[in-house]
Amino acid sequence: MGKSVARTVWEFLDERFLISDLVGFARKKTVPEHGRSFWYFFGGICLFLTAIQVATGGLLLLYYSPQVGAAHESVQFIMGGVKFGWLIRSVHSWTANILIGMMFVHMFSSFFLKAYRKPRELTWMSGFALLVLFMAFGFSGYLLPWNELSYFATRVGTDIAGSLPLVGSWLKTVILGGPDISQATLSRFYWFHVALLPVVALTLVAVHVILVQTLGMSKPIGERGTREIPFFPDFIYKDALGWTLILVLVGVLCVFLPWEIGTKADPLSSTPLGIKPEWYFTFMFSTLKIVPAHIFSLEGEKLAILGFLAGGLLWLLVPFLDRRARRGERSPLFTWIGLALAVYIVVMTVLTYTVPRL
Amino acid sequence: MKRRSAIDLFLGGSLIATIAAFLYPVVRYLLPPKRPSESQDTVVAAKTGELAPNSAKVFRFGSAPAILVNTPEGKLVALTAVCTHLTCTVRFEAETETLFCPCHNGRFDLGGNVLSGPPPRPLETFAVTVSGSDIVVSRRR
Amino acid sequence: MIFRGARLLAAASLFAPLLAFGQKNGCVDCHSQLEGNLKAPVAAYAADIHREFGLSCRDCHGGNAGTDDIALAKDKSFKGAPTKAKIPLFCGGCHANAAVMRASNPSLRTDQLSQYETSRHGQLLKTGDTKVAVCTDCHGVHGILSARLPKSRTFPWNIPQTCGRCHADKGLMESYKIPTDQVDQYMAGVHARALFEKKDLTAPVCNSCHGNHGAFPPAASSVASVCRQCHASAGELFSKSPHKKAFDDMGMGECDACHGNHKILPPSTAMIGTGEGAVCVQCHDKGSRGFEVAGEIRRTLDIFTGRYGEVESLLSLAKRKGVEVSDAEYSLLDVHTTLVSAENLTHGLDAAEIGKAVTDGETALLGVRAVAVAALKEARFRREGLAVTTAILALFAVALALKVRRMARVRRGAAGPGAPGTRPS
Repeated sequence: MGKSVARTVWEFLDERFLISDLVGFARKKTVPEHGRSFWYFFGGICLFLTAIQVATGGLLLLYYSPQVGAAHESVQFIMGGVKFGWLIRSVHSWTANILIGMMFVHMFSSFFLKAYRKPRELTWMSGFALLVLFMAFGFSGYLLPWNELSYFATRVGTDIAGSLPLVGSWLKTVILGGPDISQATLSRFYWFHVALLPVVALTLVAVHVILVQTLGMSKPIGERGTREIPFFPDFIYKDALGWTLILVLVGVLCVFLPWEIGTKADPLSSTPLGIKPEWYFTFMFSTLKIVPAHIFSLEGEKLAILGFLAGGLLWLLVPFLDRRARRGERSPLFTWIGLALAVYIVVMTVLTYTVPRL
Repeated sequence: MKRRSAIDLFLGGSLIATIAAFLYPVVRYLLPPKRPSESQDTVVAAKTGELAPNSAKVFRFGSAPAILVNTPEGKLVALTAVCTHLTCTVRFEAETETLFCPCHNGRFDLGGNVLSGPPPRPLETFAVTVSGSDIVVSRRR
Repeated sequence: MIFRGARLLAAASLFAPLLAFGQKNGCVDCHSQLEGNLKAPVAAYAADIHREFGLSCRDCHGGNAGTDDIALAKDKSFKGAPTKAKIPLFCGGCHANAAVMRASNPSLRTDQLSQYETSRHGQLLKTGDTKVAVCTDCHGVHGILSARLPKSRTFPWNIPQTCGRCHADKGLMESYKIPTDQVDQYMAGVHARALFEKKDLTAPVCNSCHGNHGAFPPAASSVASVCRQCHASAGELFSKSPHKKAFDDMGMGECDACHGNHKILPPSTAMIGTGEGAVCVQCHDKGSRGFEVAGEIRRTLDIFTGRYGEVESLLSLAKRKGVEVSDAEYSLLDVHTTLVSAENLTHGLDAAEIGKAVTDGETALLGVRAVAVAALKEARFRREGLAVTTAILALFAVALALKVRRMARVRRGAAGPGAPGTRPS
């Protein structure tokens, strides 16, 4: 009886949404299976973690208050006064960090497998744009609990933005909503975090996922195996397995290492020693710290920031710069460049935490 | 794959259990908590008539104590009760109409100004409004 | 005559700033080329507060500053360096004259000289003892800084060192039979910790208790008044207690009998009672009324402190396990205040009063304890919840793995080259 009810519902929806065509397309989708197809899972993991962020973020919206006098207290209330508030908030904070880490893994694995080559240039570019967007998510979200660390990390970060030549001070004012961090900043960052960035990011995610679905998975250059498995349900089940394991990890982290509330921000107190931005910014932060004050009479810091911007632009355009990959040939030069960049990021990040006063 | 196998049942069952394990905290989270979160910038410190003239009451304001004083003339003033010297809680001394810190004899007037003793800074004052039968204390903006 | 000379000096000093511009200073020109003690004043004087008021070498030492010739420089007005015994009057020439000081710094006191003459240092100096401290021993001579500046020898945290230069010198103090361990003792005590570690400039230093210019060892009765300046409530309680009359009759100092004078350690309940290290048994023998009261007070406090410590550790355990306990911590603050004031009440020796304060505190403590226990229950609940959820997820993962394996086997079994379900790349 249940089965015929289900059939009736299905036929009703299919007549109106024309789902069968979509289902037919989906049934035919396959995913290559070879020695390196393990890396295919990371995209799905990023998508899954994004969904978790949207869900937990939406739940946090219910109790959070973006007012300077109430932000910190509302987070405290979520952690202590709301049933499972501690869990929702800790999941949101931990997953944010894990997600950005997974995005780096996904980006570098796609890079080394040259997945960006024709016809997947737009997939690569939308992906890189998403990484930048999610780092902006992290930066804006970090201020919302309005604790000491977040206040001063924001101050340091926006000061760096402000030091850009020509547009620096204008940019800083626009980001902060004024000359310094204030209620305007909190409102603005809240708007970035729950309205502007989600709309842009979800649009890009849709573009990225549609491209992956229409173009299929890229096979590494020189991979000769022809084995394929169906996307539905085989690959999905494997995806789900990975997602389940990550959920277990997040759960353990949240119970044993719940995210701290911190002390309420006091703009009049002095910057805490050793203030750092979140870990995914530290490689850039430490680079700025070790760069010499002047290079050929130009300010070292400004040069470094411009260097990052230029580097980012080149990285974005890699699909068009890597001619050999475009032609389907091995491209060791770009592999080495990617390796150097990955090592650089890891080393600079580790240095930030191991060297006391960089 | 039309035939329902043991593995399929196992899969379906554990999926339902997983979904339930996630729905339970979310539903509990959404149900309104018992103590509503108040803004930590405004607090009902007392009811009208609770304080006799020339007496005071210490109450919680945010995460720190504050003091509401009913002056002999009947005026209501509210200040932080955290002494600016070494954070002891000050008390109201009716005979001298001053705020007195018992730890090192710091003394403040009812405007928060330091009269004597070691405190380096005056006490922050708060705004007091009477709303119906509530005496509401809020931070000055 | 001193005052006439001083008036002349004052008049001269009023104009000195003008004269300084472009005016030759032969003293500096010559002395800066000399060595050792004769050169030192030149560099030191650059930072001196008197220089800010336009005074130069000749305003104190006389002489002719307009010449490079040493014989001409040492003219009739030349006074040279005053002898040690004459230094107080030398400085007092300006500093004890209100009219003179008004011209430079009207709010500065002018009673230092008269105070000094009442001090032990001043009295001994009058008898001809030149080993005692005079103005320059504490304030320096050519690089005198305002006492408000941290580098001044008379800034609060430099005072122990300034006094200690003589008072910690065994050879110097031997003839006076004064002990030399006061500075060391002070540095080991709470007041030094407040001054040097917490940077609390209101903490007492040598001159807070012994006096400034009128320094004299305090009489037994006056020590307590000095302590009462800050520790008023302890003093008030003590005055109402039976100890006050007893100590006065015996001519004993009040506070320092139990707390010491230079090495004042943080007080604790260990000082009360009848056991090892308690001060009560120094006077009260076993079986006496005092002995009984001491034991009773100690027991009351110990029980309360124990209960407080238990709740505090429960709370911190819950906090370590990740449960939010800021409300309970706030309530505990009140109980802590009760504990501190109960400990303070010991000065009044009223066991009943102490008992009442403790009872109030213990009632409040019960409430906090309930919150702490609930917080620990919450921590347990979270871990149990995690275990259950992890088990469910693990089962789900196993189910998925089995399903995947079965599907792969089925596909491989049904597949052959070119079979449906596979596709050439």
